[in-house]
Amino acid sequence: MSNSTLSSVSSDLRPRTAAMAGQPLLEINNFSTHYVSAQGTRVVRAVDDVTLRVNAGETVGIVGESGSGKSTLALSILRVLPTAARIVSGQLWFEGEDLVRKTDAEMQDVRGKRIAMILQDPMASLNPLFTIGNQVAEPIRVHEGADRPTAWRRARDLLKAVRIPSPETRVQQFPHEMSGGMRQRIVGAIGISCEPRLLIADEPTTSLDLTIQAQYLNLLRELQRAHGLALIFITHNLGIVAKMCDKLVVMYAGRVVESGPVSRIFNAPAHPYTKALLNAIPRMSDKRQRLTAIEGQPPDLAALPRGCAFAARCPEAFDRCRKESPPEFNFDGGRTSRCWLSTATTRSGAA
Amino acid sequence: MKQFVARRLGYSLLSLLLLSLTIFFFVRVTGDPAALLVEPGASEADIAAIHQQFGLDRPLWVQYGLFMVNLFRGDFGQSFYYQTPVFNLYLDRLPNSLLLAAVAMAFSLLVGIPTGILAAVRVGRFWDSAGKIFALLGLSLPSFFVGLVLILVFSVYLGWLPSSGFGGVWHILMPAFALGWYFAASHMRLTRSSMLEVLGSEYIKLARLKGLPQSLVIAKHAFKNALIPVLTLAGINLVLMINVAVVVETVFAWPGIGRLLYEGISFRDFPVVQGVVIMGGTMIVVVNLLVDIAYAVIDPRIRVET
Amino acid sequence: MSITTETLVLPASSPPRSSARRSRDLPLIPITILVVIALTAIFANFLAPHNPEVGSLTARFRPPVWQAGGSLDHILGTDQLGRDVLSRLIFGARVSLVVGFTAVIVAGVIGTTLGILAGYIGGWVDQAIMRLTDAWLALPGLTFAIFLAAIVGPSMWNIVIILGAVYWTRYARVVRGEVLSLKEREFVRLAVVAGCSRMAIMWRHILPNVVNSAIVLATLMLGVVIVTEASLSFLGVGVPPPQPAWGLMLSDGKQGLMVGYWWLTVMPGCCIMLMVLSANLLGDWLRVKLDPQLRQL
Repeated sequence: MSNSTLSSVSSDLRPRTAAMAGQPLLEINNFSTHYVSAQGTRVVRAVDDVTLRVNAGETVGIVGESGSGKSTLALSILRVLPTAARIVSGQLWFEGEDLVRKTDAEMQDVRGKRIAMILQDPMASLNPLFTIGNQVAEPIRVHEGADRPTAWRRARDLLKAVRIPSPETRVQQFPHEMSGGMRQRIVGAIGISCEPRLLIADEPTTSLDLTIQAQYLNLLRELQRAHGLALIFITHNLGIVAKMCDKLVVMYAGRVVESGPVSRIFNAPAHPYTKALLNAIPRMSDKRQRLTAIEGQPPDLAALPRGCAFAARCPEAFDRCRKESPPEFNFDGGRTSRCWLSTATTRSGAA
Repeated sequence: MKQFVARRLGYSLLSLLLLSLTIFFFVRVTGDPAALLVEPGASEADIAAIHQQFGLDRPLWVQYGLFMVNLFRGDFGQSFYYQTPVFNLYLDRLPNSLLLAAVAMAFSLLVGIPTGILAAVRVGRFWDSAGKIFALLGLSLPSFFVGLVLILVFSVYLGWLPSSGFGGVWHILMPAFALGWYFAASHMRLTRSSMLEVLGSEYIKLARLKGLPQSLVIAKHAFKNALIPVLTLAGINLVLMINVAVVVETVFAWPGIGRLLYEGISFRDFPVVQGVVIMGGTMIVVVNLLVDIAYAVIDPRIRVET
Repeated sequence: MSITTETLVLPASSPPRSSARRSRDLPLIPITILVVIALTAIFANFLAPHNPEVGSLTARFRPPVWQAGGSLDHILGTDQLGRDVLSRLIFGARVSLVVGFTAVIVAGVIGTTLGILAGYIGGWVDQAIMRLTDAWLALPGLTFAIFLAAIVGPSMWNIVIILGAVYWTRYARVVRGEVLSLKEREFVRLAVVAGCSRMAIMWRHILPNVVNSAIVLATLMLGVVIVTEASLSFLGVGVPPPQPAWGLMLSDGKQGLMVGYWWLTVMPGCCIMLMVLSANLLGDWLRVKLDPQLRQL
């Protein structure tokens, strides 16, 4: 890749607007994370050979069933992984630096400051024994060396920014004194506290009810616009992707099976798995009102079949799919697909 | 909440009732209780007098009633050896037992908590294995053997510490170590598992995602949460320590409740043995009740369970 | 699974090491120690060089052979009555094993029976048994055992019964929990539909399924029971002299400690320690191997 020469350039010298010169903010190349059992006998290919790009200010949706490797990919970017996980290969270029090669101490300066993440469960992601103010002010104190009054003042402003009423009293309270929606907004406030360039949201709305979901998504969009954030949005809800995202990445069995601009994928999905996902959304306009579920189970990631991982569930599979794993095909200026059928439908060759 | 406390209180009272019945029953089913309640070598007339005094010729349920009435009045009978009420003897010895238990507890926490945290943070690696061996030794070495080896090393060969008795700071070191040894291992095990559970939680993940240094994540976010179950166990263990110290107190001639129990056994002083056992059981039932209620106050989910 | 910030960059393929694992799996050391102790106990009559209960007062406090004044005749020295320490240790293994195993079995039979009754019949039977279990658990095992021993008086079989009566509660709790979940299983429901009597279901369908847990628990209890037996002997309410119990030997040796007769306490102490350690190691291994549900015990 051409930007590997940039690795020698210190991040401090680079302006924080990575959009300059058209370089992506985050560029993930052939990246794999595997879980290895204690005896080293079982290898689960949770993330396998993933390549994707995120530009500054852009919103990328990552979609897939549970167990498809979305969350592991997100945690890999920040290198906060379970002990059994191993980053096996690939690079994570972020603002010209390869995060894979950073030491743990260097990663601490990236986490929360340059890349932040919001977890799925607002009930569990705040420490029950510390006040809200303490937990919101914490990254400001650690990353910017701010003293306590300054950090707490910033914390109150942040709570105001995420629409928490009477932040003066709320900072003194404990997590159990707040509702789920409020807690998730607090987690969002922690995420943007040090004005990161990239915010990763891992299914941030699954545990919220519908009205609060919509409010929260609007809030995220506003924050994104106000701070010029790039957003990686992990979800299994294609409706949210349609509403929020510029780009879509579909993952299946640890791999990216299709990626590209949202509108173009929704109009003409290239991969049979994406087609099946889109068919599974009930549409008001659809007269047949039929909901197609995808039959079968995703494969065991510790014992992947030869050939395409989706072949067993694919209605369009043919002999080659069961023998050879398809490479990533690039086509249509910015779209990719891991399907042998893409060769027939498009002109461009293998990546 | 009120309902929960009422139910727990009911269970505890039931436990105490069953406990007293058990003790009462065992004494009477295994022979003539008068034989236990008189001094060894007493005459027929003495035994007859005891029968009269405790109403042993009356129906069993009347006897049990008398037994319970006496217990409630704090009358555990008279010690043959000391010729004083058992309850007074017990209260005399209690402060010594508390002192020993407190020092042993401090020792067990000072050893158990840091090693448990170290083992959890370094799970599966050297310190974890070392901790496992330590825990295994702690749970496998009988306290009397630990005590005797301590005496052999520090009193007989090195001559640093007094081998027995009650007095200054030096007297308490070895008994506290021997008593706290097992509990240090038990606290270490719980700290490790509790810490591992906390380290796997979402709020620790978020703390790491915030970019906090590992030391701060552990010292601030994990430590406080992981300590709650350990301190609860320590509360229960403190009472347990008072009641299982009999062996250690015998080894080091420490004048506590355990020593009282040993004297009761040695001098065939049955009222003393019975009194110590009843008091011990009561103490433990009460502490368990308090812990359950304290937990219910902290964690609302427990209240709905039985 | 815990989270750490440390990630390793490894080559993609890590070689499987399954062949090396199997030999590491069996806890060979504790099994060897327990087998040796068992064989010693069985063949005590042939192995012991002297009569363990008779000594000569002219040969008191002889040190072990490697110390000045020791002789090959008494390899591990003699005690305050001139009895051979090695022979007493060998016969002591018999006491510890017999008391340990039978007490664990007695406790297991009582506890498993009550646990099955409580779990399967339920209702007031369950309530009564579990409340009794709670009440008995309130007393520390050692204190309870001392109390019972003080009432019934010491003898080896009394000690077995006492330990069984004290330690059945843990079996009852674990077994009851298992039975509650077994009760909902298909094969038990089928047996009920087929018209089997409650006794038959408990005996033929429930019992075989809780035996595994009971065995794991028994192994874990073995160490506890042996320590309690030794403590009772040490306090003078255990197996009565002149029978050579390890705890009693320790207690007798205590007096000699201050004048340097260390072998009288260290030798039996090490025997107890080895046996308890082996039982605990084996129990831990069995627990992980046989019964994942018991890992939390």
